[in-house]
Amino acid sequence: MTVSASLLATAAVLCAVGGILMLTRPLTRILLGAVIAGNGINLLVLSATGSAGREPLLYGVELGRVTDPLPQAIALTAIVITLATTAFLLAMAYRSHQLTGTDEVHDDDEDRRIVLRAEVLGERDELREQYRAEAEPSAEAQRRYRAERRRLRARLRADRALQARGRDASGDLWHDVLGADAEDYAAGRPTERPEPPTNRGDTG
Amino acid sequence: MNALVPLPVLLPLCATGLSLAFGTRLKQFQRFISVAVLTAVLGLSVALMIAADMNGPLSVHLGDFAPPLGITLVADRLSGLMLTVSSAVTLCVLVYSLGQGMADRDEETPVAVFHPAYLILVAGVSCTFLAGDLVNLYVGFEIMLVASFVLLTLGGTGPRIRAGSTYVIISLFSSMLFLTAIAMTYAATGTANFAQLAGRLAELPLGVQTLIQGMLLTVFAIKAAVFPLAAWLPDSYPTAPAPVTAVFAGLLTKVGVYCMLRTETLLFPGNRLGDLLMAAALASMVVGILGAVAQTDLKRLLSFTLISHIGYMVFGIGLATREAYGGAIVYVVHHITVQTTLFLVAGLIERRGGTTELTRLGGIAKAAPVLAVLFFVPAMNLAGIPPLSGFIGKLGLMRAGVADGSVWAWILVIGSTATSLLTLYVMAKVWNLAFWRAAPPGQAADGTVLESDDDSDDDTDEGPDRMPGTGDEGVRPRHEPAGRAVAATLHGHAVTTTTRLPRLMTWATAATVALGLAYTVFAGPLTAYTDRSAAELIARVPYVEAVLGR
Repeated sequence: MTVSASLLATAAVLCAVGGILMLTRPLTRILLGAVIAGNGINLLVLSATGSAGREPLLYGVELGRVTDPLPQAIALTAIVITLATTAFLLAMAYRSHQLTGTDEVHDDDEDRRIVLRAEVLGERDELREQYRAEAEPSAEAQRRYRAERRRLRARLRADRALQARGRDASGDLWHDVLGADAEDYAAGRPTERPEPPTNRGDTG
Repeated sequence: MNALVPLPVLLPLCATGLSLAFGTRLKQFQRFISVAVLTAVLGLSVALMIAADMNGPLSVHLGDFAPPLGITLVADRLSGLMLTVSSAVTLCVLVYSLGQGMADRDEETPVAVFHPAYLILVAGVSCTFLAGDLVNLYVGFEIMLVASFVLLTLGGTGPRIRAGSTYVIISLFSSMLFLTAIAMTYAATGTANFAQLAGRLAELPLGVQTLIQGMLLTVFAIKAAVFPLAAWLPDSYPTAPAPVTAVFAGLLTKVGVYCMLRTETLLFPGNRLGDLLMAAALASMVVGILGAVAQTDLKRLLSFTLISHIGYMVFGIGLATREAYGGAIVYVVHHITVQTTLFLVAGLIERRGGTTELTRLGGIAKAAPVLAVLFFVPAMNLAGIPPLSGFIGKLGLMRAGVADGSVWAWILVIGSTATSLLTLYVMAKVWNLAFWRAAPPGQAADGTVLESDDDSDDDTDEGPDRMPGTGDEGVRPRHEPAGRAVAATLHGHAVTTTTRLPRLMTWATAATVALGLAYTVFAGPLTAYTDRSAAELIARVPYVEAVLGR
């Protein structure tokens, strides 16, 4: 089976371009990436026919010399499916823009939590080291140290409370755009609830 | 009999048309169509399962085109069983969603879309189970995915769009990978038909074979949420409406497992990537369950146990002996049912307690004993407590592992034991927090609209909600959004909490619990059947002969 090199090269370039676009944040770019990469893969499917022959018609063409019609059918199916998905993604990007003013894909909740935790723990260790390094901690240093620790704990707790409400970092924005709870937003974040007893020990 | 094979795909698709045509005006008619069609599909699936068991695989070439050209649908023992279980579960979930729609008095547009999308999802799932070639499998996946996009973002609220974008992008990516794998396979062998591939793939150079196998496994592992490729799942499932999450958790991941099972046995016998699969299985089990231990939201927690328990099935596939395949199939059947049940119960808990955040729940065992029983049975089932079906599945897999006796198999046996103990721990944690302890201060009482996402409900009676009988003075201001992420109605509003559980939802959940218990009662016939399916999978000849004749 011989395959046209230009077809393969085009497919490779399209897939690469699409791949890079899909790694970006905004949904519209991801959509463009998906469309471009999808076209590249369709070319790849077409290249599975091997060298081109005559058009695959039932009558009037010698049967032995026609192109394999099956990859064309597969590619057509894929094109139709890509069309539907494109329409859906576009609608979703628009809706996302309507809701948040941007169509960026947000961070994973879990990732954000882990990063925050790592940050807070790192800062705490640093603080502790600094504090321990002082031979005779003054009352002032002690007070500052305690305040810093409190601040870190509050940060974790605020994040947990936020998560309990199931909103991510930019949750206020949705809240705002979705409307209706203006007074809530104006008043800042809702007050924190007392820590439930089951969550202790998280801040160390 | 063979003519019945395409019907599980065709019926839901036709019903979708009817549903869309009449759905906006005749709500009752729409509901009737959905229930009637899914019941018919269930009946058909049972018939196909029995026929495939008695007479061997049934196959149909649509339009009577010979194998490499036409679309081939095949129903063998494995597909028959999967179809039966999936249609039983989808029927229960449909009834549950009807109950939920009635309970929330949802009469507006998104719900008119719910039924058609749900039917298309069922058609897609049936199509993948029946597909006799790679291209049709791809199409089945896509049908299922497009429907799932719509269902996941139903109502179009902020959290759902956010969750949906992750899901859509991941799905798009895996579809592309799948299409590339199909192109490679076709270029190498000149066919996409499973039965023909079974013969032709073996003639390829080893490197090409492994490449194709690796690509397909990656695609299916993304669908099945096997560990390194599972990060999308806990982020996208929990925000969907309760019945949608339930059916996704139960079915969509298991469709991936089914495809792995099918391709590993039929196309790539000899288990070349067995060790890799076992390593992935171990990682899924351990990482998934540790993730579940760390969660405090019930739906997220259940999503992590889902990832963890996918590991068991992959373990069975990686072992690749007859007992292991049998055990894996039992486990798939068990897990579809039990995971769906748990998510349905989570929906009920949300309705009763106003949230699925465990730190805010409490006292449900006393307030709603029925709900407590409905949770307890599947939870113990998931953990694998002896008489229940989870135990049967785990036992089968572990026996296969011990019989295999290799180092990896032993590691996996130990790993799966630890995982089931940790599952028990997680379930006990949920039980203690949500059901057993006294209600925490400020729990939502009856009939409070906790939070609604997109409309300012103007009930300004900020009557302090006190839990009767707990004696606490906790006052919860109206704007304390207790149930926000978990806004579980079809529209994406938060649910209205009630002290009385909606009857239809409870009955539907009870039906899935009963289905889970039935696996224990009929464990003998079930394991005998799965053993026969495993034998058929390993033999390969019946399948190939059913498709290609001879």
